[in-house]
Amino acid sequence: MSVQIWTYLFVFLTFGLYIGIAVWSRAGSTNDFYVAGSGVHPIANGMATAADWMSAASFISMAGLISFLGRDGTFYLMGWTGGYVLLALLLAPYLRKFGKFTVPDFIGDRYYSRTARLIAVFCAITISFVYVCGQMQGAGIVFSRFLEVDITTGVVIGMAIVFFYAVLGGMKGITYTQVAQYCVLIFAFMVPAIFISIMMTGHAVPQIGFGAELTEAFGGGYLLDRLDGLSQELGFAVYTEGQRSTQDVFFITAALMFGTAGLPHVIIRFFTVPNVRDARKSAGYALIFIAILYTTAPAVAAFARTNLMNTVNNIEYSMVPEWFSKWETTNLIVFDDKNGDGRIQYLGDPGANELNVNRDIMVLANPEIAGLPNWVVALVAAGGLAAALSTAAGLLLVISTSVAHDFLKRTFMPQITEKQELLYARGAIFFAVLVAGYFGIHPPAYVAQVVAFAFGLAAASFFPAIVLGIFDKRMNRQGAICGMIAGFTFTALYIAYFRFINPAADNAGSWWFGISPEGIGTLGTLVNLAIAYPVSKLTSAPPQEVQEIVENIRLPGEVAVR
Amino acid sequence: MTDEHALSYWKSNLKIVLSLLCVWFFISFGCGILFVDALDTIRFGGFKLGFWIAQQGSIFVFVILIFIYIYLMDKLDNKYDLETAADKSQTCEDQP
Repeated sequence: MSVQIWTYLFVFLTFGLYIGIAVWSRAGSTNDFYVAGSGVHPIANGMATAADWMSAASFISMAGLISFLGRDGTFYLMGWTGGYVLLALLLAPYLRKFGKFTVPDFIGDRYYSRTARLIAVFCAITISFVYVCGQMQGAGIVFSRFLEVDITTGVVIGMAIVFFYAVLGGMKGITYTQVAQYCVLIFAFMVPAIFISIMMTGHAVPQIGFGAELTEAFGGGYLLDRLDGLSQELGFAVYTEGQRSTQDVFFITAALMFGTAGLPHVIIRFFTVPNVRDARKSAGYALIFIAILYTTAPAVAAFARTNLMNTVNNIEYSMVPEWFSKWETTNLIVFDDKNGDGRIQYLGDPGANELNVNRDIMVLANPEIAGLPNWVVALVAAGGLAAALSTAAGLLLVISTSVAHDFLKRTFMPQITEKQELLYARGAIFFAVLVAGYFGIHPPAYVAQVVAFAFGLAAASFFPAIVLGIFDKRMNRQGAICGMIAGFTFTALYIAYFRFINPAADNAGSWWFGISPEGIGTLGTLVNLAIAYPVSKLTSAPPQEVQEIVENIRLPGEVAVR
Repeated sequence: MTDEHALSYWKSNLKIVLSLLCVWFFISFGCGILFVDALDTIRFGGFKLGFWIAQQGSIFVFVILIFIYIYLMDKLDNKYDLETAADKSQTCEDQP
């Protein structure tokens, strides 16, 4: 069977599965719709969190980015996993104990303020929109390449599917489809990785193959040494050495970690487990499930890069393998025969280099580059879609709960019934899907980069506000509001200036302290803290009942403090 | 539970969290970023140590840290007899 038929088969089977689950787990109440009735088992929640978390960026872009960044790619790996330590230790158990529906719920109640709640709603919606656009774009890439439809059609199909199960099932439907999507995506990621590892190093475990010797067919010697050697030979940077400044890598890693712990769609996953103890466990399971992919990705990156350099450099253009021409039609591989010798020169020097490979296709094309069987190639398409759709659904839910619950029910229309609230929640998803689709078709940058900005914003607004809300009983609404506004505005302006207003200045020389826009969220977090703390000291302490809320969330279980 | 009990529970909780976060910082930002070049002079198998910690080792450590936290907090909850209360608050259902 051809790749095309396999792909259609896998995509239809998995989509059928998702829709089946959605129908089976329809949401009946707002409690079901927002937090799946708080009855999700910690292991199931761990898988759902992992799928929610691992987006198109993790599945499609990350290994590709790492394979071009080399050691610098570390900030994605550590940033997107290390944040779970913060989440597990500083946020998840306390927020579960607090036991409401959304992040703005916590901010609004803890800081006894409608303004704080509205700022939180604004941040949650902005962050989620930025993030969801990346997912739609990812889904578009997969559709256009594997089902050979154009990107617009691809995005529209993706939108329709997400819309269907998110509207029907709410959090309940999303949770159980995400469990299925996790299984699909991890299988789809691991199978090609294992195949390639066996082929190139003879080890079935990619994490071991990463540090092992290549087989005779690939020239022998340690994989990483060979990769370093090849890179130098062709004029690229040495793979296992860093190119970016240490402080930039430090700041980007921290921004991604704080952002991870501040992303509303991840935080609300911990509202769905039955109790505090399960919230802790579920964070642990989530990180295990994530770590399976995240420790494999750098191995895949190294395999893919070695393979690419081995396969395409200096071969005749008329002799290129089939995958090469297929990706060329999507303009994601571009060959420009500058010296007119009919051969591909893939070189580090931009003047002489004739081949441009889009980073996003490395994972998708990897099985084809390695010549794996058709069904494996097709599997990757289903996995990429599972990753993109699961994250998109989680984000759309945040947008919908923010609008229906926090904005309408808790702020402007407290008189609406539960049924009306559900209707508004579903309406908000519809609107959000349309906007996300538009940005998916007209994307601003690479998938992983767009997503990286959402982290900076989450790091600078939610993370400090929530942590202070739990660990500093004296923190009051004035402090939290000023901190969130300052942190968010600072980060957003810095990113907007270097990426949109004056992109010509976007280089290490003009960045503040050598921090790139991806890493500025860390400074935003510090700005938030530096403003929040003195402001709270200069204004009155929070009221007694709020201090009691804080004392209460610090203890697990239904124990009253006397 | 008395105020005093609650306070000493919270203090033990903070101690656990802080010590685990020190390890977290040391491994990720310390070994993975700040001292990575120095650690790269040590090799094992095909890996340079710093590179391995940055791209693999740190992630394993993160997982271990969370499970140590789960273990220590469970122990602490039991010591303060918070366990039964936590489990009673709601039962767990596997099925939606």
